[in-house]
Amino acid sequence: MIQTIELTKRFGEISAVENLSISVESGEVFGFLGPNGAGKTTTLRMLAALISPTQGTANVAGYRVDGEDDEIRRSVGILTESPGLYDRLSAERNLSFFATLYEVEDVAGQVERYLRMLGLWDRRRDEAGTFSRGMRQKLAIARALLHEPKVVFLDEPTTGLDPEAARLIREFIGELREQGRTIFMCTHNLDEADKLCDHIAIFNNRLLALDTPDALRRELFDRKVVFHLRAAGDDLAQILLKLPYVHAVETMENKLVVTLDDPVMHNPEIVRALVDAGADIQFVGEVRRTLEDVYMHTVREPAKK
Amino acid sequence: MIKIRAIAQKEWAEVFKNRFVLFTVAFLPLIMTALPLIVLYGMRTFDGFSDVSTTDLPSEFISLCGDMNGAECSQYFVVSQFMLLFMLLPLAIPVTIASYSIVGEKATRTLEPVLATPVSTLELLSGKAIAAVVPAVLATWLGFTIFAIGTMLISESVKITGRLLDPVWLIAVFVLGPLLAIAAVNVAVMVSSRATDPRVAEQLSMLVVLPLLAVFFGQVTGLILINETLILWMTLAMIVVDTVTFLIAVRLFQRETILTRWK
Repeated sequence: MIQTIELTKRFGEISAVENLSISVESGEVFGFLGPNGAGKTTTLRMLAALISPTQGTANVAGYRVDGEDDEIRRSVGILTESPGLYDRLSAERNLSFFATLYEVEDVAGQVERYLRMLGLWDRRRDEAGTFSRGMRQKLAIARALLHEPKVVFLDEPTTGLDPEAARLIREFIGELREQGRTIFMCTHNLDEADKLCDHIAIFNNRLLALDTPDALRRELFDRKVVFHLRAAGDDLAQILLKLPYVHAVETMENKLVVTLDDPVMHNPEIVRALVDAGADIQFVGEVRRTLEDVYMHTVREPAKK
Repeated sequence: MIKIRAIAQKEWAEVFKNRFVLFTVAFLPLIMTALPLIVLYGMRTFDGFSDVSTTDLPSEFISLCGDMNGAECSQYFVVSQFMLLFMLLPLAIPVTIASYSIVGEKATRTLEPVLATPVSTLELLSGKAIAAVVPAVLATWLGFTIFAIGTMLISESVKITGRLLDPVWLIAVFVLGPLLAIAAVNVAVMVSSRATDPRVAEQLSMLVVLPLLAVFFGQVTGLILINETLILWMTLAMIVVDTVTFLIAVRLFQRETILTRWK
């Protein structure tokens, strides 16, 4: 649904986006992460046909960027970093205006549909300037969906929202995915990206890493399982080290931290070995590296993927 | 056309909620219309006005009076000065509306979502231009109509009203006026691309009235005589100016320029 080949954007001497090559499948939620000033918004603007690339090519929803821009704009919806609503106009009027610009046939019907879907119907006649931040974000999302786009670009969809509002937005993004829409999301919220995204790209003017969240974790970090025991000792650690698939064992108070490749396959054997050795196992859990760990490692030590 | 109309209607719905804009669009024409009528009334009720001679009037202007007596010619002279105000309105009002319309959108960051739609920059600019030009032109024409009726009721004789409806002033108000309004919008677009505050944009764009003020002072001092020839030359000049400034404005109003170079 989205494909870029060596997409590049330069502003004079400054290279904002350099040789970006990615592919986003239809119905996927794609996370685009990077520090401030990395070129995420510039990338998003190129894909939404707002600005032209300096070099390279991109196809969005089957249309070529910088060649079929009007068709792209009809096929994509965009939530900009700032909601960009007309504060003095009502919610209904805001959406009606954009529905007209998006060439929607049944303006009133679509406006009502999305206002109801996002829980804003009762406030439809209120000025957008009176809305809370979360409501403004919902209204901006409704604006991006009026024309039923195949691709939706979201630039920081939950930034500045309270936890409840952020959760509602995330749930709504999940619903959009279930509808088969392709979501391209720029976000600083790594936990959100971890939960929502099928693939993640880490970007800092150029692509640093691209894969599923789990694959990125596996690639950068070993898998570790923590066995909480009533009492842990070096003797138990030595027993585990004899197992061929165990790479390392750390003893920490009453815990054994075991490094291995495939916990799902080998955890039962480790449990049996510990029980046979007389250990009382209280509980077992995997040390799950966060996406933040992946992000920090990748951004600080860039490696081309 | 649907999109252009939607943009213009949105502009009117939004911009006219700004009290300052509303004040400019409503109050300014009112002042420009009422002031000359008050002056005319004052002249007529002045003791000895009927005995006024033309000796203090510019000699070039006296030639335009024809068979008018001194009082009539004096009133016609006053009316002529105020007529230029009806060319000032189509410059001042669009500048105010366009400045708040364009810079306002830049400040509130509402332009980007609009640019993300399939609307063309020409449609967007046309919608904003219509939103600024139409109220200005209508206010000018309404003000002129009221002024003409008031002059007919107040002035010394019908000869003065006849002069108001002279081709010179009809072209000035009904042809040159809209052309001035278009130029004002184009200048406002150019200034707005650099300004960050609507009031700054408005004040800078108001410089567009300077040439007209020069004509005004030229007429008052007798250096310039507003006749058919001058009005026709001004009309032709404005067609050229409008074309050039429009092309510059369209170039400045391109998506990439707005998103990356507008400060």
